[in-house]
Amino acid sequence: MIKLLPLIALLFSLNAIAEPRATGDLGIVIEREDGNALIINTTEHKRLAKIEKLGDLSHASVVFSRDQRYAYVFGRDGGLTKIDMLKDAIDKRIIQAGNSIGGAISQDGKLIAVSNYTPGGVKVFSAETLELVADIPSDYGEGLRSKVVGLVDAPGQRFVFSLFDAGEIWMADFKNPKAPVIKKFPNIGKQPYDALMSPDGHYYIAGLFGEPGLALLDLWNTEAGVKHILPDYGKDDEKLPVYKMPHLEGWAVAGDYVFAPAIGQHKVLVIDKNTWELHDTIAVAGQPVFVMARPDARHVWVNFAFPDNHQVQIIDVKDLSLHKTLSPGKGVLHMEFTPRGEQVWVALRDDNQLVVYDTDTLQEITRLPANKPNGIFFSSRAHKIGL
Amino acid sequence: MLVMTAVLAKAGLAGEPSQERQSTLRNMLNHDCGACHGLTLKGGLGPALLPEVLAGKPDDFLISTILNGREGTAMPPWQPFMNRDEAAWLVGVLRKPEH
Ligand code: HEC
Repeated sequence: MIKLLPLIALLFSLNAIAEPRATGDLGIVIEREDGNALIINTTEHKRLAKIEKLGDLSHASVVFSRDQRYAYVFGRDGGLTKIDMLKDAIDKRIIQAGNSIGGAISQDGKLIAVSNYTPGGVKVFSAETLELVADIPSDYGEGLRSKVVGLVDAPGQRFVFSLFDAGEIWMADFKNPKAPVIKKFPNIGKQPYDALMSPDGHYYIAGLFGEPGLALLDLWNTEAGVKHILPDYGKDDEKLPVYKMPHLEGWAVAGDYVFAPAIGQHKVLVIDKNTWELHDTIAVAGQPVFVMARPDARHVWVNFAFPDNHQVQIIDVKDLSLHKTLSPGKGVLHMEFTPRGEQVWVALRDDNQLVVYDTDTLQEITRLPANKPNGIFFSSRAHKIGL
Repeated sequence: MLVMTAVLAKAGLAGEPSQERQSTLRNMLNHDCGACHGLTLKGGLGPALLPEVLAGKPDDFLISTILNGREGTAMPPWQPFMNRDEAAWLVGVLRKPEH
């Protein structure tokens, strides 16, 4: 027996090493106040690990390596952390700027780009080592530097982003990472606050805060420049104060329509994708923050800014009507669909919970504890353009 | 004597929000203001609201910025959600180095 003990111990440790973990159904949940990231399993509805000390995550976002092993977390304080989801550990971490807003991973998965408020610009790092590859300061006018928002990846190993203060869109081609080629589109409208890439990588659209409408860049025809769409929308309506900037991530494209939040209004805009004219507006419970299509695009889920952030509304795309209103709890901040959309996870910041819904029956499946969760990101994003 | 202290304490607190309200306001500062100014108020879309940044600016100016917002910028008016005393209390919180 005594002799067997080392052997048993060896077997145990081998077992521990051999226990495989797939990462295709994992996700990261950000706990904003503690600066933690939770690794969760979306099939088992389980919390697997907590990765601590990631800094100020009050506006964090996450992208995934194409092998779905690593998650890159972009913190508000300029922190960039690479998490190893197989080892439940931080692989690398750097502070790359003073104040940052989001990031993207390149088409080939080899570059990580981060958009910064201060000092304004985009920095590009090696996805493997987090070493700096390129630095693009967002200089404009006389010695001015703009905050950068709406950074996404685009086909052709490009990154596209918007300059909030300058009112410009820039496109950076990284086929040669050492010498990126930058194309600038000036005068695209006042104060672009966020932007999105259509899931097929065809259109880049920036929402404008300083004037009505959106700025549209057709990536199949960049020579045509940026088009100002819906320039008259809401011009004569009284604009309500905006308590939380909407997000344009994960915008909803369904058939011929694009769904977008109407800034400063209790409405979702339905835009005709062929003419880029307003097709319809749908009255909703508050100022929309996220307007997200279920992966099959049959339904669009909407959450709201303070003080209406205890609700979620679901729009039926078939007839552009309000399908259902849910009240999951206090401080609904973010939603994420499982890869094929049979479930959705909702972050309840003020109730310290995550709630999972069946998207067909709209019944609650389960709740998990999380401290002030503000973002949910599933590893299936690894294979999506613009996320 | 005891009664006196209680009365004085109360008078001293005139205009100051109740404990419960203070915690709501603090939560609002962290999260709702923090959405633009950063969780640690070091700035985001809105500027940093740290004591050194606010040092040269009078209370009244900051209180009215909070209550009325600033036309033409992203700073919204918070009048619908707080009164003047509460905005003044928030400015006091912002002026303290640690909060
Ligand atoms: C939607 C974004 C947004 C939110 C939410 C927001 N602010 Fe602001 N705030 C701004 C912007 C932008 C400015 C700068 C305005 C300017 O350019 O003059 C500002 C300016 C200020 C200033 C003046 C700073 C200075 O140096 O003059 C104060 C004070 C302030 N905000 C307090 C608050 C408080 C308190 C809250 C929450 C109750 C809040 N803000 C919520 C965007 C926001």
